[in-house]
Amino acid sequence: MIEIKELHKSYKMGANSLHVLKGLNFSIKEGELVAIMGSSGSGKSTLLNILGMLDEADSGEYTLDGVPIKNLNETKAAKYRNKFLGFVFQSFNLINYKSALENVALPLYYQKVPRKQREEKALKYLEQVGLKEWAEHLPNELSGGQKQRVAIARAMAAEPKVLLADEPTGALDSKTSYEVMDLIQKINDQGNTILVVTHEEDIAHMCKRIVHLKDGVIVEDKKVEQVRASQYV
Amino acid sequence: MRFILDRNTWQEIFGSISKNKVRTVITVIGVLWGIFIYIALSGAAKGMDNGFESMFEQIAKNSLFVWAQNTSMPYEGYKTGRPMQLKLEDATMIENRIPEVEYIAPRNVRGFFGSTPPSIGRGNKMGSYPLFGDFPAFTKIAPKKIYDGGRFINDEDIAQARKVAVIGERTQKELFDKGENPIGGFIKIDDVYFQVVGVHKFDQSGGFGGDGDIFIPFTTFRRLYNTGENVGWFSIAAYDDADVVQVEENIIDLLKNIHQVHPDDERAFGSFNLGEQFNKIVGFANGITFLSLVVGIATILAGVIGIGNILLISVKERTKELGVRRALGATPAEVRNQIILESVFLTVVAGVMGIILGAMTLAGINNLTQDIDFPYTNPTVPIPYVLGALVIMVVLGTLIGLIPAQRAVSIKPIDALREE
Repeated sequence: MIEIKELHKSYKMGANSLHVLKGLNFSIKEGELVAIMGSSGSGKSTLLNILGMLDEADSGEYTLDGVPIKNLNETKAAKYRNKFLGFVFQSFNLINYKSALENVALPLYYQKVPRKQREEKALKYLEQVGLKEWAEHLPNELSGGQKQRVAIARAMAAEPKVLLADEPTGALDSKTSYEVMDLIQKINDQGNTILVVTHEEDIAHMCKRIVHLKDGVIVEDKKVEQVRASQYV
Repeated sequence: MRFILDRNTWQEIFGSISKNKVRTVITVIGVLWGIFIYIALSGAAKGMDNGFESMFEQIAKNSLFVWAQNTSMPYEGYKTGRPMQLKLEDATMIENRIPEVEYIAPRNVRGFFGSTPPSIGRGNKMGSYPLFGDFPAFTKIAPKKIYDGGRFINDEDIAQARKVAVIGERTQKELFDKGENPIGGFIKIDDVYFQVVGVHKFDQSGGFGGDGDIFIPFTTFRRLYNTGENVGWFSIAAYDDADVVQVEENIIDLLKNIHQVHPDDERAFGSFNLGEQFNKIVGFANGITFLSLVVGIATILAGVIGIGNILLISVKERTKELGVRRALGATPAEVRNQIILESVFLTVVAGVMGIILGAMTLAGINNLTQDIDFPYTNPTVPIPYVLGALVIMVVLGTLIGLIPAQRAVSIKPIDALREE
């Protein structure tokens, strides 16, 4: 599903250049649930941004579902993002003047799905995350965990190839974190490929594979025994 | 186009506009005020224009009056201060020499301009009214409405010096009994009986003449008062396409020549150029129209710039939202179009409201001035002007919307999302 080869990225900080990613190689197969771990500054967010086409690598190859991702203009990147990727952010990033349902339906709007179908589909995904009754509520009427579930429903609504989660539990307490991870595991059980960036060990161990980043290189890439989140809920 | 007609697009726009109602309202007021000023001012200017137009309807718009005064310069052996006297033959000369003159009406008067009024009566009823000696041509210059059954002085009256008179409404009321038909009746003017042949309607908006004026044939007047060839003043109408100021100059020059007056003598003949005054008023009205255009456009411009400003702030506030939209698959074009459409939509809504408000104000003023003597009639703004203003607003709204839209597009989704 995802192939990266010799990925390099550096940021210019005035006169200095900060080499963030120093030649990463790895691949993710369909249906995997991968945690990318690392302390802050290890380059994990940069990697996720590049995978999410929000940022571009300086050199190296990136193939997503067989499509080489390079030389994208903004319009093309937007199309690919919409088609291939679902995003879940640490701070949820829901649009605060739109109801939960409208938020979930938004990626479908950019896919030019007709309104009726859009709402049906959005409602289906809201139901999946257990928030059907909250469909008409605005984000500020929801708890943190509920917001993240809406965000996950939104990411899933576009039926992406890969779900990218950037510290999805970073703003949540342990209990809600486990609820969210439970949801992510269930989505993965349905066969979806998911990438989770986290710095929390327990969250990482709820994935099937952990990629450890340190100073821009992969120091460890191992399969782990998945800890089911449902036992904590 | 599909984008503009798409219901979803509008839902997005309404969503983001209604998000901050106070800001939207304040934004809209800016443009609304501009278009309101434009509509109200130019409509009022048009109303005044119409008002003056109808005020001068009664009288030829390019008419002028010429009368004699005293010389102020010695010339050809004549002393300064010589009194001038217009003669009947001057009229013939003017008509022959100055082709721009359409009508010329020599006039004489008693009981006006300080002269002793004639004693006018009927039986034991007496009154004092200005008495004019006139040619039929006078009505070509200052049309008089004559009540049914009557007529103004005609050429036969002049030729035979008939003792006929056209009287005013007030004269009729004061000299004749109620219900009595004045036509054919006799009135006594300075001990001479005159037969009434017409009653002229007094027009308040006319501004010239009164409701008691009595007109008799010029020739009869001459015989009655022994004025000979003397003429009090000339009423002159130039052709519509003539330059009245030039015509006035030519006439005065001609008169100076005939009466042996120094060419530079400014005092010998007096004149009043109604056409010139009229042109001044028309110019004034045009000036106001132009002013309203400038002020209106400037205010609209200021309002639209205000919208652009607010949208710029709005884009800044919504950086994160726009970033999320981009991450969810909004193309730069979609983001840009949304912002531009928001700008245009706000502008047009404000514009339409301003037009409605302006139209209501104009109608209100029209009602208030209906019954008072104020030159203000039928204030309108031509539809093309209104449409033009709307088009300008859409164009300006688009242009000004481009700035925040470009800014919105230039935000990279990654930067937008990083901003916490």
